[in-house]
Amino acid sequence: MATAATTSDPRVLIGRAVLGGLAHVGRISMLVVEIFRGLKEVRIWVPRAFVEAWNIGVGSMFIVLLVSAFAGGVTAYQAGYQFTGSLPYYVVGTLVTESIVLELGPVLVGLILAGRIGARYAAELGTMRVTEQIDALESLGRSPASHLIIPRVVAGLIMIPVLVIFADIVGVAAGLWAAKQVLPLTTADFTYGAQYFWRPFDAYYSLIKAFFFAAAITIIPCYMGFSTGQGAEGVGRSTTAAVVSSSVLILLLDVVLAKVLLNS
Amino acid sequence: MIELRGVKKKFGDQVILDGVDFVVRDGETVALLGPSGTGKSVLLKHIIGLIKPDAGQVLVDGLHVARLKRKELAQLRYKIGYVFQNGALFDSDNVFENVRLGISDEAKYSDADYARERVAHVIKLVNLPAEVIDKYPAELSGGMRKRVGIARAIVGEPKYLLYDEPTSGLDPVNSDIIDGLVERLSDELGVTGIMVTHDVRGAFRVADRLALLSGGKIIMQGTQEEFLASKDPKVREFLERDFENPSNAAA
Repeated sequence: MATAATTSDPRVLIGRAVLGGLAHVGRISMLVVEIFRGLKEVRIWVPRAFVEAWNIGVGSMFIVLLVSAFAGGVTAYQAGYQFTGSLPYYVVGTLVTESIVLELGPVLVGLILAGRIGARYAAELGTMRVTEQIDALESLGRSPASHLIIPRVVAGLIMIPVLVIFADIVGVAAGLWAAKQVLPLTTADFTYGAQYFWRPFDAYYSLIKAFFFAAAITIIPCYMGFSTGQGAEGVGRSTTAAVVSSSVLILLLDVVLAKVLLNS
Repeated sequence: MIELRGVKKKFGDQVILDGVDFVVRDGETVALLGPSGTGKSVLLKHIIGLIKPDAGQVLVDGLHVARLKRKELAQLRYKIGYVFQNGALFDSDNVFENVRLGISDEAKYSDADYARERVAHVIKLVNLPAEVIDKYPAELSGGMRKRVGIARAIVGEPKYLLYDEPTSGLDPVNSDIIDGLVERLSDELGVTGIMVTHDVRGAFRVADRLALLSGGKIIMQGTQEEFLASKDPKVREFLERDFENPSNAAA
């Protein structure tokens, strides 16, 4: 009874949750330290990073372009619907470009890749953990960081911003095409609107977001995979936790980066 | 020499090792016996530093394993070959790459000609056909995977070999092949070995000495004859599980 009373005490539950969260933060920090330590083993991680980069880039291109094209098109349709008769048509160009580059491109790509790449990384590393492959690597005196984590993180940090650039371009192009279907708008009008409020920093902002999201998409799932408990259930739990955590972190980073980089 | 002094380990509230004292002298092969779930593999992982003890000391060649720095631990691990229960082969690499990873000397690892020759040599040593080199773990049988795991453990010419249940899950024929291989490697390579197993027959065939882990402690260490002569009920119970007539074991 005493135990039940103690565990239902909200202060205890909050305390445990906070301690659990801090423990995760501590272990993720240790993983990041391991990543920096392993970077000097270039011969090990560079060839593996190329393979991972190919998998991320080529493997994700179709879904990334599909989603960004739909996002650009729908944004243009909605802008046309809302602004017809109230604002000049070229504003659609502004709205589509700024929405895609500042927000929809990086965030949608980030969330999709959190599912696609994050789940894969957590499941792969989780399976390697439960089948003792990671222990085997350590027993051979080799660093799991340079063999398994660094290639995945580096590939993500390089390829995810590249995918966001593609997503931004295709999203804006799809927005132009869609706007021309529903509004009496020329390409020149759209381009004029796109350039009217455009600042070069907008492109950098999109890439900075992509870079931070890439870190969340790669490091969190690698950590979850490495921390996998026993058996298939443990792998399933890690995979789910990796996708949920990295998605939530992407949304949090989105808010923080908007506040820090756009409003400070 | 490998020595464990008063090693204790708990996972959560569960006591796994409760003051283990265990010595393996250079050149001998010791079988660590015990029922499933008694912490034999946990004990083995302490020796290579994959698990740190809550209390007590693990010494290999006089070095405190738990106190070693990263580089020192890697150096120590180069001297120890570890054969995992299910092979623990890297799924995405073929047999050649799996075994090659066991070459601890970086210059030799990077020398493609040396690596190919050395891997081919150990593959032959574990009685596998040369053509398995290009196969992936998923294309191999359980017994073959275990032998590739042994090849990976010996390719770096270790001083110590730790076998974690090398025959578990295998049929009697494949178990005999693996036991024979362990025996042969011990004789030919002169390595010091610890074989974790619950297969008493295999242990009697391979080991110079035996140790029985039960209730978190080593309750007996000794030769086959001493085990067979033991009146300890726990020792008797464990032996008789495998032998209807204990005298068969010595035969």
